[in-house]
Amino acid sequence: MPAFHAHVEVTHLPGIADPAGATVERALPALGYTNVSQVHIGKTIGLIVDAPDADAARAQVLEMCERLLANPVIEAYDVTITAMEQV
Amino acid sequence: MSTRVGVVLFPGTNCEHDVVYAVEQLGGAAEIIWHGDATTKGVDAVVIPGGFAHGDYLRTGAIARFSPVMGAVSEFAAGGGPVVGICNGFQVLCEAHLLPGALQKNAGLKFLCETVELRVETTRSVLTSDARVGDVLRVPINHFEGNYVCDERTLAELRNDDRVVVRYVRNPNGSLDDIAGICSTERNVVGLMPHPERASDPILGSGDGVVLLESLLHAAAKGAKLPA
Repeated sequence: MPAFHAHVEVTHLPGIADPAGATVERALPALGYTNVSQVHIGKTIGLIVDAPDADAARAQVLEMCERLLANPVIEAYDVTITAMEQV
Repeated sequence: MSTRVGVVLFPGTNCEHDVVYAVEQLGGAAEIIWHGDATTKGVDAVVIPGGFAHGDYLRTGAIARFSPVMGAVSEFAAGGGPVVGICNGFQVLCEAHLLPGALQKNAGLKFLCETVELRVETTRSVLTSDARVGDVLRVPINHFEGNYVCDERTLAELRNDDRVVVRYVRNPNGSLDDIAGICSTERNVVGLMPHPERASDPILGSGDGVVLLESLLHAAAKGAKLPA
């Protein structure tokens, strides 16, 4: 079965406070970067799935996001699927 | 026969013995329930204590939610059994959808370890039935992710249904609406960030947690069902 690389980006939902982003935003001006706003911090998760095709891989990773990789109560997620090169 | 309280132990839990000790000091019987056992062992109440269940990897409580014991805890709660999550236990109950919302990193990103004042906001919960509304209790907090968040609709529901159980007198962590603890719609599942078991004897600096733990023991002895 073909292998696909999934790149998952998890970020805060709009309107949900991001304490880590807010702290970094307050720190940057101290280094002279006074033109920065809306800093937000999320996480990335990488994984490889074996699936019949890219759509099937994507559907499965979206389900993983909903159930475990993200908390839909406070987090949004974005999934990018790339076919691995056959060896 | 004394009231039996099951204290759930995940890998990484570290407050289970404090809860066992406090329950026993108050005349209850406590027993540890291993997270891998899909049973609540017929206890009268369940406490999910503090710590770092499964290392808190990914998110606090995210992995713990899928431990075999959690299915049994959900069933116990659905049957009206009293369930209290303290600190990491609160985070686990939110991830398990037994309580709404989530706990985020503290505003200011500081790990907080101090005694705070809590105001009792309702007595209609398994953890506050013996207290009085407006009571101010001194209870320790010890957390990095105690900043409660939920969407606006959920917050409105919590307020309208009188489900905010305790609020911080002075908000230490950025928590929405000063929320320190909430309960489920049936009022038998309560989650809170402060540790009542660490305020269970004046020798610990405060005995103010006793009224909370006694409420739980009384609710458990009565078979939990509270007047709605």
